[in-house]
Amino acid sequence: MTLQTHIDPDWRDVGAVTDIPERGARRVATAQGDVAVFRTGDGQVFALVDRCPHKHGPLSQGIVHGHGVTCPLHSWVIDLATGHPTGADAGKGCTPVVPVLVRDGRVLLAQPVMAD
Amino acid sequence: MTQLKERLVVIGNGMAGCRAVEEVLKRDPARYDVTIFGAEPRVNYNRIMLSPVLAGEKTFDDIVINDEAWYRDNAITLHAGRAVTAVDLEGHKVVAEGGLEVAYDKLILATGSDPFRLPLPGADLKGVVTFRDLDDVEAMVEASGKPGARAVVIGGGLLGLEAAYGLARRGMAATVVHLMDVLMERQLDESAGYLLREALAERGVETVLGAHSDEIVGEDGKVAGLKLKDGRVLPCDLLVMAVGIRPNATLGKAAGLQVNRGIIVDDAMRTSDPAVFSVGECVEHRGNCYGLVAPIWDMCRTLAEALTDGESVYQGSVLSTRLKVSGVDVFSAGKFAGGDGCEDIVFRDAARGVYKRVVIEDGKVAGAVLFGDAADGGWYFDLMKAGTDVAEIRETLIFGQAITEGLSGLDPSAAVAAMPDTQEICGCNGVCKGAITSAITSQGLTTLDDVRAVTKASASCGSCTPLVEQVIRLTLGDGFKAQTGPKPMCKCTHHPHGDVRKAIVELELKSMPAVFQAMEWTTPDGCASCRPALNYYLLCAWPGEYVDDSQSRYINERVHANIQKDGTYSVVPRMWGGMTTPDELRAIADVADKYDIPSVKVTGGQRIDLLGVKKDDLPAVWADLNAAGMVSGHAYAKGLRTVKTCVGSDWCRFGTQDSTGLGIKLEKFMWGSWAPAKVKLAVSGCPRNCAESTCKDIGVICVDSGYEIHVGGAAGLHIQGTEFLTKVATEDEAIQLISAVMQMYREGGWYLERIYKWMARIGLDTIRAATVDDLDNRAALFARFVKSQETAQIDPWAERATGGVAAGEFKPMATLPLEMAAE
Repeated sequence: MTLQTHIDPDWRDVGAVTDIPERGARRVATAQGDVAVFRTGDGQVFALVDRCPHKHGPLSQGIVHGHGVTCPLHSWVIDLATGHPTGADAGKGCTPVVPVLVRDGRVLLAQPVMAD
Repeated sequence: MTQLKERLVVIGNGMAGCRAVEEVLKRDPARYDVTIFGAEPRVNYNRIMLSPVLAGEKTFDDIVINDEAWYRDNAITLHAGRAVTAVDLEGHKVVAEGGLEVAYDKLILATGSDPFRLPLPGADLKGVVTFRDLDDVEAMVEASGKPGARAVVIGGGLLGLEAAYGLARRGMAATVVHLMDVLMERQLDESAGYLLREALAERGVETVLGAHSDEIVGEDGKVAGLKLKDGRVLPCDLLVMAVGIRPNATLGKAAGLQVNRGIIVDDAMRTSDPAVFSVGECVEHRGNCYGLVAPIWDMCRTLAEALTDGESVYQGSVLSTRLKVSGVDVFSAGKFAGGDGCEDIVFRDAARGVYKRVVIEDGKVAGAVLFGDAADGGWYFDLMKAGTDVAEIRETLIFGQAITEGLSGLDPSAAVAAMPDTQEICGCNGVCKGAITSAITSQGLTTLDDVRAVTKASASCGSCTPLVEQVIRLTLGDGFKAQTGPKPMCKCTHHPHGDVRKAIVELELKSMPAVFQAMEWTTPDGCASCRPALNYYLLCAWPGEYVDDSQSRYINERVHANIQKDGTYSVVPRMWGGMTTPDELRAIADVADKYDIPSVKVTGGQRIDLLGVKKDDLPAVWADLNAAGMVSGHAYAKGLRTVKTCVGSDWCRFGTQDSTGLGIKLEKFMWGSWAPAKVKLAVSGCPRNCAESTCKDIGVICVDSGYEIHVGGAAGLHIQGTEFLTKVATEDEAIQLISAVMQMYREGGWYLERIYKWMARIGLDTIRAATVDDLDNRAALFARFVKSQETAQIDPWAERATGGVAAGEFKPMATLPLEMAAE
């Protein structure tokens, strides 16, 4: 008997959690641009559009600490859960959050729900 | 025969099945005629206590929950060692081995879970066991009887660690092999995982992390070792697979019950058949399957209510874990963090090996990890389950229940004011409140540093610093001055760079978690400011021992190219001393054409910069440049970048020495050395200084009688001419002296502090005394630089061009043709 996995049709498997370095990120290329998928030191996985609200730096290339990432271009710190800049830059824009979940060690990203 | 009682049949004589019966009997002892089937040929025992049995700390008799008398006294029919083969939902009966049929009115499936076996080659060899029941324990005990026997346990979770500890207690050399980089990563964060690893090593359990198992190697049909994907073979006589469990829903599924990962139950523990219930590890409730005992007890209470006409709703369980390894106090509960509005309170006591982390979300405890002192685990767990608002007690929460409740109802300053003079404030140094206040008033102290120096309060672990500050503030009122002295490295620590560098060397701290623990960092894994600094300090202090942590590097040093404003990269091949050849130039031109590189630029350091390279192309670009004999120019490095030269005596009519040759020698000798900040050198053949040596970090001006060495120039944000250090007679002496200055800077500079700033801080005279006047010290610095270079001169491009290192870094994880949702 194998462990049955259930993947809803609107979630897309993008790889194993272990494909993302701890306290690091990987890019997922999409038609709309890159999505950055992060894995934190405590094993959580987050996904954001790979673009800092400041000067569009690729957040996937930043340093991940706690539940934040420091943008590689000008060191804004973005909250991974909300996409909002923190500290002195709070309130200056936001990076869209991409719904992500981990099931049986696989990372699933949400596809958009069909428009009405 | 007239049936007086309803017939309750239970499949599963384990912890869930029997507890369910106990709960039913407690509520209505006369209602059911109970029959229990158990696959194991023994009475009901406490499976979670198998670890102490394996460790020899308990016997089987100690862990029996219900002995034979219990079944007899409660008129329960037990079919032990008789597995049920089928459930007939229509006929309301179960069929067991040997054809025995038993009818039921109510049925409970408590079939538990099965240990997960990795499908590795060799998994069927003799000596490969799981850790699930008493038979497994007996097999392990037997294997441990052989003198000198070795065990490998695959799985660094709760079960695997307990198995390994038990085997080590029985005298086996035990090694845990874990896929992840942190032990018990589902319960512990990296810091606690690090301490756990150390504690296990003290108890004879070695751990191999980040290890992918490849194959179980056998000899004569018996296990002989475990081969890892990296080629290592760990020899062993026993191999335990403890990689997890999965719900045993086979019987339920075959009967036609609704099954997903486990048997699906509703909030009353009822399956898709109204007469059939299920509890324990075989169950899936609201999408969750549980592998711990607390949820089983919760489920059994709800089930018993349902079976006795009561009402109760099972809403899922909040989990906590304790590791059953003697003397290792570990507690974990809830989630490590919750995202929005969530904060960590971290407490580290290096002297006692204590680490505590409480996660607060929306003013409530959302999770806790405790290591070394887990006494308050239950309290945090209760606060978490009850959803208590902890805003009022936030300041003292991390100190535990006793302190928090001792101060409850008082604001912190009132609480401190109310403390008697005899109350101990600093546990490390035994300083009470009265000693601090009298020192302040009698000696006119005004700062925390003063109080530390005079009384020693908060001078050790620092965890009482806020309390000491409160005492000073109360004593002085407005006279209190905020802390002065060196600035802390970053917001994660109270320690300045210098203290941390010193501790890394003196306390022999060789990993980032070791620094976090010893220096009592207040965040779980540092920040983008301290992590690159620590990574460098560790590399510098322990060359060849500390393994570089690429995730703690800035992107430029992680991908060995410079990130540009549009997210592309620039690549600068090394040109030793600024010299190049037609072949190299052709190779660079070819690369620029082939990869559509938009800009080619000559840099200020006499190198060629290829600008606008796409990240995905980097490895291929490097491979082509490597093929032409070129290596990375480290233009991105906090380390040696370029040695700029003029043409010197070879061509110039004024040149006094072979400045180009010396530049090449210096660059070939010093390349690859990491430093606190970027380092640029230059060698000019005469005082006309065409290589601009006097605005470099270290510059050489060649004169007729030898070589003038200059240090501390800069031509960046700050423009500064060099200072003259000394003059030497030979090239060899120049190289030795320059390397010694470089090493002194490497060992003493703060991260991101250029040489000129470092020099301003410590003084040119100090540098001269250490490298010019003291020849023994110069030789020692030089020797340490040479030693460090043994492991530093690896071309990072070559490592990555072949795909051998960091292959995942340059490719997207996945490419999706469709659009992704964003909230």
